[in-house]
Amino acid sequence: MTATTMDIDTDPRDARGQGALGETIFRWLCLGAATLLLAALAGVVISLAIGGWPAFRQFGLGFLTSTDWNPVTEVYGAAGPIVGTIVTSILSLVIALPLALGVSVFLVEFCPRNIAKPIAVAVELLAGIPSIVYGMWGLFVLAPWFALHVQLPIMTSTSLPGWVQAVFAGIPNGANIFTASLILAIMILPYMAAVFRELLLTIPSQVREAAYGLGSTSFEVIRKVMLPYVKRGTVGVIMLGLGRALGETMAVTFIIGNSHGFPHSLFDSGSTIASTIANEFAEATSDMHTSALIALGFVLFVLTFAVLAVARLLLASEKH
Amino acid sequence: MDRALRRKITNSVFVGLCGFATLVALAALVLILWSLVIKGVGGLDFKIFTMDQPAPGSPGGLRNAIVGSIVMCLIGMVFAVVIGILAGTWLAEYGGKTRYGQVVRFMNDVLLSAPSILVGLFVYELLVKPFHGFSGLAGGVALAMLAVPIVTRTTEDMLTLQPNTLREAGMALGAGRGFVIRSIIWKAAGAGLFTGGLLGFARISGETAPLLFTALGNQFFNANITKPMASLPTTIFQFALSAYDDWQRLAWVGALLIAVAVLAVNTIGRLVARESHRP
Repeated sequence: MTATTMDIDTDPRDARGQGALGETIFRWLCLGAATLLLAALAGVVISLAIGGWPAFRQFGLGFLTSTDWNPVTEVYGAAGPIVGTIVTSILSLVIALPLALGVSVFLVEFCPRNIAKPIAVAVELLAGIPSIVYGMWGLFVLAPWFALHVQLPIMTSTSLPGWVQAVFAGIPNGANIFTASLILAIMILPYMAAVFRELLLTIPSQVREAAYGLGSTSFEVIRKVMLPYVKRGTVGVIMLGLGRALGETMAVTFIIGNSHGFPHSLFDSGSTIASTIANEFAEATSDMHTSALIALGFVLFVLTFAVLAVARLLLASEKH
Repeated sequence: MDRALRRKITNSVFVGLCGFATLVALAALVLILWSLVIKGVGGLDFKIFTMDQPAPGSPGGLRNAIVGSIVMCLIGMVFAVVIGILAGTWLAEYGGKTRYGQVVRFMNDVLLSAPSILVGLFVYELLVKPFHGFSGLAGGVALAMLAVPIVTRTTEDMLTLQPNTLREAGMALGAGRGFVIRSIIWKAAGAGLFTGGLLGFARISGETAPLLFTALGNQFFNANITKPMASLPTTIFQFALSAYDDWQRLAWVGALLIAVAVLAVNTIGRLVARESHRP
């Protein structure tokens, strides 16, 4: 950092001529704004670490492993929300990834040019819909439909094997880990599709044409030539989707059921880190409760930062 | 022959699946917009804009929430545009290639997809806790932090697109670098910078999570930015999860308003960007 601030400052042109002072001020303003960005991110980490410290000190590692979350007795263990966050994110990724790959491959390879553009715009519009709208739609439209047409039939069926019923056990109200993951999947789909589509477009046409020239079918070209070509970027896309899913708040808060315990099945209600903070923060009365929620935020930050950092590094290294 | 046939079938199945995935994505968009229209349009009337939020069972509208949203988004955008354009300019014109520049760019990308609720927690610790009060200003600052990375990113991209000959022409006339940037490069990239602002605005106007514990919400009309302030998203959150039918109806109207606004701003942003990308 020190070395670079020096070469920023050694451009001789600004030292001469009219308004040299103005030039210097302007340059420092720009640098200041850029530094403010760093300060903002640093501020987030530091404030979360400081705010969460009392909870970490009080509960130690038990904060991460215990499932007891009880504001009345002032005992806070975050294993429930942490597991809920990870399960919903990974499940949503499993649903969204094949869809995102399908959409982007379809748009790049198979779709006629004149309708590819409007479809791409429509998919991007999906990314523009606010999280809270997804949440309302999930709670009032998807959840009742899901409870009636998926959950109830499975639960009342007598012919399904026991383990299936165990996985799908829960209260048939549609608000559970699985529907939350479905909503998350729809939300991260457009981001993943857009980045993956850009990746596919960076592949030189000669590479594809060569493969087609050897008589490959489209499927073979994509699976054996194009996918390997953008391998690292694909992992980046996955991590980017994961990063978004980890931190998504409002949509999940609406539909996950918000129970603190450890979720026992996919159709059980649960909570995520973000949904717990959103639900309880404004109402937290004791300092330890607030601190526990901020500590949860710190855990979330560490998770998303790690995932996003890997995503960005992989995507950056893919630019040929 | 058998093998060729199998390859052909595999390929057709694959193409079909890709098309199906696209249909699923489009269906999701249509279903969501459809629900919004069905459940929201019915409640849309003049009262929505002229009356404040009601007690359950009495008539009312969303005026306080709409005004609060606009006020906080404006505060957010003022901060975001100033900081974002300056930071983006620094990345594109001054220090983008230095190691510090790379770090800033990377952190900007992280901030771009960082969970908005964490930004809310930060602003709570920064502005709410020390001053003992939720406020519209704190809400605006939280929104600014979410819009800045978008404006920075777009600004850098748009300035990098400007040809070097423009810069050289300005400098050849004896103007300083900063002067050239301000009066030539910013003007040439004007539409692009505007797009960055619009995209940032679209991002923050639907944000709920960071407002829950910065601006908190307010059931009364309030134009004082040092006091708790209502916003459309937090009001929707409160109303949608309430047990009252008329509150839920208002929540749908609010959701419709906000979705239409965000999609409109997004679309305008895209159109402007496309115009400005034209060589």
